[in-house]
Amino acid sequence: MAIVFDRPHALTDVPTHYCPGCTHGIIHRLVAEVMDELGIEGQTIGVAPVGCSVLAYNYFGCDMVEAPHGRAPAVATGLKRALPDRVVFSYQGDGDLAAIGTAETVHAATRGENITVIFVNNAIYGMTGGQMAPTTLPGQVTQTTPYGRDVKVAGNPIRVCEMLSTLDGVALAQRVSVDCVKNIQVAKKAIRKGFENQINKRGYSIIEVISSCPTNWGLTPVEALDWLRENMLPYYPLGVYKDTSEEAKGNE
Amino acid sequence: MKGNEALAEAAIQAGCRHFFGYPITPQTEVAAYMAKRMPKIGGTYLQAESEVAAINMVLGAASAGVRALTSSSSPGISLKTEGISYIAGSDLPCVIINVQRGGPGLGGIQPSQADYWQATRAPGHGDLHVLVFAPSTVQEMVDLVMDAFDMADLYRMPAMILADGALGQMMEPVEIKERPKRDLPEKTWAANGHENKRPHNIVNSLYLTPGDLEALVKERFERYDRIKSKEQRSESYMADDAEFIVVAYGASSRVCKSAVKAARAEGIKVGLIRPITLWPFPTDAIQEAAKTTKHFLTVEMSMGQMVDDVRLAVNGAAPVSFFGHTGGIIPSPAEVLGEIKKLAGGAK
Repeated sequence: MAIVFDRPHALTDVPTHYCPGCTHGIIHRLVAEVMDELGIEGQTIGVAPVGCSVLAYNYFGCDMVEAPHGRAPAVATGLKRALPDRVVFSYQGDGDLAAIGTAETVHAATRGENITVIFVNNAIYGMTGGQMAPTTLPGQVTQTTPYGRDVKVAGNPIRVCEMLSTLDGVALAQRVSVDCVKNIQVAKKAIRKGFENQINKRGYSIIEVISSCPTNWGLTPVEALDWLRENMLPYYPLGVYKDTSEEAKGNE
Repeated sequence: MKGNEALAEAAIQAGCRHFFGYPITPQTEVAAYMAKRMPKIGGTYLQAESEVAAINMVLGAASAGVRALTSSSSPGISLKTEGISYIAGSDLPCVIINVQRGGPGLGGIQPSQADYWQATRAPGHGDLHVLVFAPSTVQEMVDLVMDAFDMADLYRMPAMILADGALGQMMEPVEIKERPKRDLPEKTWAANGHENKRPHNIVNSLYLTPGDLEALVKERFERYDRIKSKEQRSESYMADDAEFIVVAYGASSRVCKSAVKAARAEGIKVGLIRPITLWPFPTDAIQEAAKTTKHFLTVEMSMGQMVDDVRLAVNGAAPVSFFGHTGGIIPSPAEVLGEIKKLAGGAK
């Protein structure tokens, strides 16, 4: 019998701990499919963050390093400088990348560190049970913004791709979503480009994936995707914020 | 050669090609030297955005299996403690240099030994130790950096060089000798790309099952016990027939050596024990000396930190006094001689 759908080789054969309806599973799969397609699993080292995807080191088949909270870009920098011919990626959530690890993120980007960053933005701290994230929307209710995020008190959310696209070292800054098949296809293409950029030594690539958190948003998986489309996508518009590739230049 | 530059050159001679740092007085020459040398020998000098980032770059490079170094001074080491804990918890080797200055807080920029507790008691959160080496000459800075890399690899743990601003700025002649290569275990655990030839390696310090974490920490402490029994190092100076023993390390031990010599000239039977490893502390040498010593005197550039370990080693067998200055003041030989005379007052 012909196999038409299978687990990518670069995903290990273990059950994940992710909640039902969480989009981490889709994003893991896309990264693993790209590793398979490029044939780089044996040459790749992934860096896991602290947050919901802290256990990503068990799920990706490549070598993995678990970084302290927010420090994945620095850990990835150390790995890449030691192994310039290997492929190094970090997989980080919004709290990890845009709160505690902002300095590491901005400086890895501006150095043009030749790494690929998968940034999962679900506007909430999932692992600790649903507190405000740097990307929590104005008015959004979380455990630590029980009356909704009041920007006069808690400040405003960060739009990461917009911010990083101002930096010279960035080769690719693209925001994608995995809420529907069409967007998943765009997301995979962007992730693939992020890895290809690194192989072609083009510098820092970040792919921000707008993601859902049904558990901590208090919604069913389907409602969560509706909420994502209605609330997150207007605040975090999908698209390419910076792309220095030849192909992109051709489109200008 | 200047002490700080000697530290850097020794690391290069030890095969270190990856240095990650952040400027801070009084260790900046380490970074400046690396910035000059590394590009010429195909190595990496990278100025990080913070000490936090620098130690995590070390974590990444160490995970890849290469010899990695970072250098800082007291306030910067505080920032590195997060990374040091993760490095220890991931069983990674690396070397960290602390050229101590006065504290707490921003403190001062003059030499100090006030980070002894931090280095030997709490170099990061959790149950852990790092190897701590205390040079007292520029030559020893060279030798101990090389030893530190070997020992870190051998025991899969971080090693710290605990120097101070006086040693860092000091100029002395050094000889960098070719050393016999130590037989060190292969780094089969490194996350450097499995080439589809082995299962994937995971470098990690997270263990969510309490029993797993306890078992791992216990294994690490068995390793610490082996280190304590095999790797204690100290120098004894005029201590064989001594009735009084001064205990001091690093820059303050140089002052104490002069004071001991002067006291001997006056007929006082005094000697010096100079710890070279601070962790493991040379408990055995102190314990042995305690059998015949009437009184110990610990001299430090702090309010008295190592004196705790001296008291633990002496374990009540003899009184242990303390003399020191803090804030960046180095005790003078005359002051230490005065303290020795006070101890010997009754005996002479």
